[in-house]
Amino acid sequence: MSRTRSKAPFAAYGRGMHEHRLPSSPRFWRSPLRGTRFTSVLGVVLLAGITVLFVTGLLSYAAYNPDLSRVNDKTPDKGLLGFYLFDWPTDPVWLYRFTQGVHVTLGVVLVPVLLAKLWSVVPKLFAMPPARSLAHGLERLSLLLLVGGALFQFVTGLLNIQLDYIFPGSFYRLHFYGAWVFFAAFALHAALRTPTALRTLRAHRRGAAPPPPPPAGPEGPPEGTRGAAGPAPGGAPEAAGGPGDGDGKPEATAGRPEGGDGGPPADPDPADPDPAGLAAPRPDAPTVSRRGALWFVGGGSLLLFATTVGRSFDGPLRTTALLAPHGWTDPGSGPGGFQINKTAASRGIRPAETTEDAWRLTVTGPAGTVRLSRAGLLELPLHSAALPIACVEGWSTSAQWWRGVRLRDLAELAGYRPEDPPDVLVESLQRRGSFRVAALRANQVADGRSLLALDVNGEPLTPDHGFPARVIVPNAPGVLNTKWVTRLDFGDLSGSDGGRS
Amino acid sequence: MRSLRSLRPVPPSRERLRAAAGSPLQLVLLAASFALAGYAGVRLLSGDWFGILLWFVGAALLHDLVLLPLYTAADRALVHGLGALGHRDAVLYVRVPAALSGLLLLLWFPLISGRVAERYEAGTGLPGDGFAARWLLITAVLFGASGLLLALRLRRAAKQRPPADH
Repeated sequence: MSRTRSKAPFAAYGRGMHEHRLPSSPRFWRSPLRGTRFTSVLGVVLLAGITVLFVTGLLSYAAYNPDLSRVNDKTPDKGLLGFYLFDWPTDPVWLYRFTQGVHVTLGVVLVPVLLAKLWSVVPKLFAMPPARSLAHGLERLSLLLLVGGALFQFVTGLLNIQLDYIFPGSFYRLHFYGAWVFFAAFALHAALRTPTALRTLRAHRRGAAPPPPPPAGPEGPPEGTRGAAGPAPGGAPEAAGGPGDGDGKPEATAGRPEGGDGGPPADPDPADPDPAGLAAPRPDAPTVSRRGALWFVGGGSLLLFATTVGRSFDGPLRTTALLAPHGWTDPGSGPGGFQINKTAASRGIRPAETTEDAWRLTVTGPAGTVRLSRAGLLELPLHSAALPIACVEGWSTSAQWWRGVRLRDLAELAGYRPEDPPDVLVESLQRRGSFRVAALRANQVADGRSLLALDVNGEPLTPDHGFPARVIVPNAPGVLNTKWVTRLDFGDLSGSDGGRS
Repeated sequence: MRSLRSLRPVPPSRERLRAAAGSPLQLVLLAASFALAGYAGVRLLSGDWFGILLWFVGAALLHDLVLLPLYTAADRALVHGLGALGHRDAVLYVRVPAALSGLLLLLWFPLISGRVAERYEAGTGLPGDGFAARWLLITAVLFGASGLLLALRLRRAAKQRPPADH
């Protein structure tokens, strides 16, 4: 459309009376904030932020050791997407707490940036014609994957950490495969657009951008064609913006023959301050400067950060996480008063099953089957480790003081050499939950800090923290620290199908 | 590529074809992107494919055709409404706290609305009902702080105004 106008401004004049009522017309969009620079700033922030989200997400996927056993693997059809999997280490103990805290907190913090970015480019959604070339049409199609993928990932993530499981399927599958679909479109978009974004920002920093021509250029609308929605001609120019109001000046679009969207960013005019053609040709008077708007987006992120990050810490800091799940308060006080993922009652653990008489731990291996009571376990050599709990949902506790029997000592009981233990399948009393049986790799069993814990912070485990016995492994995702353990099957899991399910 | 093109004349038909296809580099990158998206997409859609597709496409449509127009319309109404009252310069003092409060509501809607309160409380052992109250208090603080700033600004403006203006 812009092409038509530039070639025949007078022919387009008659239509111009009405076309700005449709979102397909660039003149429908009135905000003076839109422009390549505004979008570029947000785009560069998202480029860095989403890259971190993707990498920390892939790390979290690896942390579950999905290639170890079927019971750990919610995505057995992953194919080549698991190409990078590696044995998840037990050192440093804070690694998963850190990467997953970053993943979720950063995801929350980026929401305002994502919303602002989508807002800044929304005129392109309606741009006509649908495709100027094959490449342009395909790129617009890929934008559906980009926008749909971004929103799908953010929405499923935010719902999952709030325990609102309304999405259509297992979170692990949706968020993992969704991430790859999104990433495919994201990488393409970054490859095509980053050069323009960086060039625009560099030019702006140098101050090389030429002074913008008046908003109503040679082909701008004559006075009087403004719609009823617009301010009266010569309307109040007062701007309520803060410092740097001059920033809010509209970027020029007049005189540019191509719309700029979708076209290969091959021939950008270095003097063009709006190479992507995002600036409104008929902007309203600004109410805020462009810089002010960026501060506004940043302020939104800051507010979310300040009210979320506390869920990764104990004590008064947790209180600062005012609205985030697992923020604000701890479930109790005393030795067992730290965060709980799933309570005993919610997993159907009946007190009668965990009494000294009823509960037995079954340990199997080449030496046969050993059955131990809690009193029996307490007679074995006991060891201590200070380890945090870090959930895939992004919250974590600081290190708690666990005491119990080393997993490698139990492997010895099952007939293995303690310095060279095998993998282990851990089974819980709980009846529901996708990780009621979980597999730990040999390197996790071998770590001297990996315990079948019986006490925490100097007291016996509380029912909600896994009484009579639970697993605690350094640097493992919380859900692999199985609670209410009833059975340990030691053996090499590689090559097998991962045992029972 | 541009230099090649400028070296020798190109028949007009080929030029048209080139324009219809677009940049070859772009086409190659697009093919790579769609192939990877297809590889992952087949796996994503195994299962409730219709529901997942609905969520994927629906998220984009809901944002672009409902959420964005809604908040744009609300903002436009605010600007025009305050403008009609002659208080256009007070827009930010309403827009900023309203947007921040709305952002918090959008993100934490399941918790604030109480729709997961029971599951949250049963699962985590934490109270599930304080979120709405805390959100309202945050909203009150945001608007209160904004109102305070506006009051200070109006007072300063009134002081600076020469008496002749009255």
